Amino acid sequence: MSHQQDITRLLQGRSFIELSARERAHSLLDAGSGRELAGPFERLYSPWLSAQGIVAQADDGVVICKGLLDGQPAVIAAIEGGFQGGSLGEVGGAKLASALELAAADNRQGIPTRAVILFETGGVRLQEANLGLAAIAEIHAAIVDLARYQPVIGIIAGTVGCFGGMSIAAGLCSYLIVTREARLGLNGPQVIEQEAGVAEYDSRNRPFIWSLTGGEQRQACGLADALLDDDSVLIRQQLLDFIARGLPEQPRHRRSQHMLQRLLAMDSTSQADAASARQLFQSGAKL
Amino acid sequence: MSQPSISQRGRDWFHALCGSAPLQQGLPPSLLVADGELAGQPARYIAVVADPHNPFERARHGEVGLLEGWALAAAIDAAVQADQQQTDKRAIVAIIDAPSQAYGRREEAYGIHQALAAAAAAYAGARLAGHPVIGLIVGKAMSGAFLAHGYQANRLLALNDAGVMVHAMGKQAAARITLRSVDELETLAASIPPMAYDIASYASLGLLWRLLETEQPDQPTPADVQQVRTALAEALHDIQADPQRDLYQRLHGEHRQATRRIRALLQGQWSEIGG
Amino acid sequence: MEKLHLDYPAGAPAAQAVLVGVVASGDLEVLIAPAAAGSCHIVIHSAADGSAARWRAQLDRLFGDGQAAAMQMEINDFGATPGVVSLRLAQALEELSA
Repeated sequence: MSHQQDITRLLQGRSFIELSARERAHSLLDAGSGRELAGPFERLYSPWLSAQGIVAQADDGVVICKGLLDGQPAVIAAIEGGFQGGSLGEVGGAKLASALELAAADNRQGIPTRAVILFETGGVRLQEANLGLAAIAEIHAAIVDLARYQPVIGIIAGTVGCFGGMSIAAGLCSYLIVTREARLGLNGPQVIEQEAGVAEYDSRNRPFIWSLTGGEQRQACGLADALLDDDSVLIRQQLLDFIARGLPEQPRHRRSQHMLQRLLAMDSTSQADAASARQLFQSGAKL
Repeated sequence: MSQPSISQRGRDWFHALCGSAPLQQGLPPSLLVADGELAGQPARYIAVVADPHNPFERARHGEVGLLEGWALAAAIDAAVQADQQQTDKRAIVAIIDAPSQAYGRREEAYGIHQALAAAAAAYAGARLAGHPVIGLIVGKAMSGAFLAHGYQANRLLALNDAGVMVHAMGKQAAARITLRSVDELETLAASIPPMAYDIASYASLGLLWRLLETEQPDQPTPADVQQVRTALAEALHDIQADPQRDLYQRLHGEHRQATRRIRALLQGQWSEIGG
Repeated sequence: MEKLHLDYPAGAPAAQAVLVGVVASGDLEVLIAPAAAGSCHIVIHSAADGSAARWRAQLDRLFGDGQAAAMQMEINDFGATPGVVSLRLAQALEELSA
């Protein structure tokens, strides 16, 4: 992707990454169709942050926007990575879980509401720990439920990426769209370095981190379905394409026997790198 | 980096509850799976335990890692597959004692997030297919490990003991990430229930179906085992009598008022906007 | 961390609700909701302490003439510099009159 193309895109104002969560949600829905639910003017602040000297955001970092995608009912749940690293607390977690559940309930009544999740998150908000974790479990439950009826599409654009319990949520999605700037991993680099040491994982070595968990690597391994440039128009188009495709024949998370075999067959004594990861995933049947 | 001591609770409670039921073969040694019974009905018991010879060296202390995630999914999917034509689906009992997910380069490179997602999907799928899923927390139930193994249960039970802990991150790591000292974290946790590490505070969040008193949580007495078995049986009957198979049971806690308010608001606004 | 309240006389009710900004480190969000004619009530949650005088100075400049629209304004500030505060306030008021 060329420097010239970057400039062109910036001048055209189509960068997706530059947009706030709210702007991203509206940019993906059919023009003018988005209506925010349980929005900032409801003033549903986190009950837990001010006691810790932390200023809360009025939407608690999660934007729920109902609208249309290609004329069909849809809901977009967009996490604001700028607030507390996109971490999920009680309120934001409840908004997300509830939106997905309502979409599933719609489907049980014959309304084909589909859902899109914009992942820009470090996972559980530690200042709300167990309520964040419980909400994420409820999000997982809701994705599995809804994904029986409609594809649930995740988008990881960066710059925060998708980590923690929400990386598991991403792994539950029917389709995942990523950019090169995106990262998708279970544990944040700092925590891995703390637990396993800097030789194992240097949290300040950006090329190293992206080589293992960046969007391009994940898509090459089949852990994401589409690698796109940072372009709202292209991302929306890919989103619509995935929706039109319908439920995937075999979701990624159903390949347990295959993955067990592959993992047990590999040489786990040598350290991992981008190449060995691609080899793990690319050999044999498509993941 | 500390060398964690390995808890045997998961293993011990698994054997105590499964009795002589034979272990499923063909799974990694870190997974204990057996088809036993509960209240006279078939039940698959599952525990994740430490395998000191785990090919993945960052998963040798009972962590839920790459193999564990996919193997959990395989074991649960097999039960769901086997019972597909049955009207009465076997119960699935997750015995939970896992210090964390595995942290390491291989884990990230080889997609541990996807392995844990497979496990979570399998448990949730089993629940939606009609299997009663029960989570029994006998030790630690931490973050990704708990999300993968147990948090999708219809009902959650826990032993009331200092060795039982549910949280999103260990104290040391949590303190570092939030730029506080462990002391500061503990002070905050004392007045902010969702941040606390003790099981009583967790219970106050309304996520547990029952908290169980035992004499010897580490080495259960026959009376302890009987008591837990009875509670599991009651949980089973409670699930079977419940037409709803989602996680709505967890919404009633005193400290989830904001959750309830948001859900009610969203529901109301959703209907207003229409389909 | 502190919470401040400021009141100003104002004109006709604001025409719409407006939200700008994000509570990111060094940034703030500004929410404007229409209110009954005649007064403007501002609530500020600020990560910093002892900033009351600075806020009053900045808001006096914008609302001190009593000609602004009547509104309920809420500011959630995570350590923004006066420059960033000015920017966000200007953004919010511009969106209001759009």
